[in-house]
Amino acid sequence: MGPFAVNELISENTNLFLAFIIGIAFGFVLESSGFSSSRKLAGVFYGYDMVVLKVFFTGAITAMLGLLFFSLFGWVDLDLVYVNPTYLTSAITGGVIMGAGFIMGGYCPGTSFCGASIGKIDAMVFIIGLFIGVSIFGAGYEWWDNMYLAQFLGTPKISESLGLTDGVFGLILILVALGMFWAADWAEKKFSREEY
Amino acid sequence: MNAQQNTTKKTRYLNPYLGGVLLGLVLLAANVISGRGLGASGAIKSGIVAAVTTVNPSSVESSGFIKEFRESHTGNPMKTWLVFEMLGVLVGGFISGALAGRLKLKVEHIPSITSNKRLILALGGGILFGFGSQLGRGCTSGSALSGMAVLSLGGFITMMAIFGTAFALAYFFRKNWI
Repeated sequence: MGPFAVNELISENTNLFLAFIIGIAFGFVLESSGFSSSRKLAGVFYGYDMVVLKVFFTGAITAMLGLLFFSLFGWVDLDLVYVNPTYLTSAITGGVIMGAGFIMGGYCPGTSFCGASIGKIDAMVFIIGLFIGVSIFGAGYEWWDNMYLAQFLGTPKISESLGLTDGVFGLILILVALGMFWAADWAEKKFSREEY
Repeated sequence: MNAQQNTTKKTRYLNPYLGGVLLGLVLLAANVISGRGLGASGAIKSGIVAAVTTVNPSSVESSGFIKEFRESHTGNPMKTWLVFEMLGVLVGGFISGALAGRLKLKVEHIPSITSNKRLILALGGGILFGFGSQLGRGCTSGSALSGMAVLSLGGFITMMAIFGTAFALAYFFRKNWI
């Protein structure tokens, strides 16, 4: 039963090898969906290309549903799957700073590696920026570690926080996503661009 | 000729919903096999920790940032899941780009801005994203996408903060994109 690495069904080195294989699949899917192009990625913020929204939400929902069903079938123990902890202050401020970086640079870290892999020089420069940004955070850690560690809420699930079961929350998320996909198609027609 | 170019250009990318399902299956595989989601910025952190501790071994004690990393990662900082995954991303992206004929060394930008301006903005965006990813404990992949798949409250909050801010600032950066 999964997760295989946590249950020691595979060795640490096999896990790292599979991380490489999973990464190949990740990079392949991102690139073939168009995530190697900053102009395609930025399109979501101007409405001319909504591929980010469509791929991102379809991906999150597919994985969420997969995990819920696998757990139901007893194929994976969700208690052993890593759930991101919630530090409210840094989740918001970190997200705000990342959002500013996204609209300015046109990439996020994963997509910049994807862009760099096919020769986008702007993506390579973005990666240099990432190294600088992470280094600044590390060098000045003592200045913002209070904010970094503030308002720790543990590892709450959004479904629990809203007082819903996982299944009901999942259904609502799917309906919200369908609404957004419909709006995305409308936006692509309204703000369409010829060639980019 | 333009119309034909457009059609060929469009058909070269995957249908976004198919791409999304495939992305979801990759993320599902990561969770079932390794008990964790996908990520990207963590690999950069590994690289920096490895470089700093090689140059200055005493930083393991003096830097809170490196100490925090060391609490959750023993052994060689480059021998981590995310480093191997991101090496894979470079290979996978390259294979897809090669198959689709998209391998080309270039600076991508709209015609009305210069390459230099695009590169300065890319550098600035990268610095902000790098800093924010550390504060937010992961980027669009590790915190937002992977967090959402496991219904993490923090993942949803970070996702809304990233996309909300980018939308809110889109007007001010419009001349660089449209």
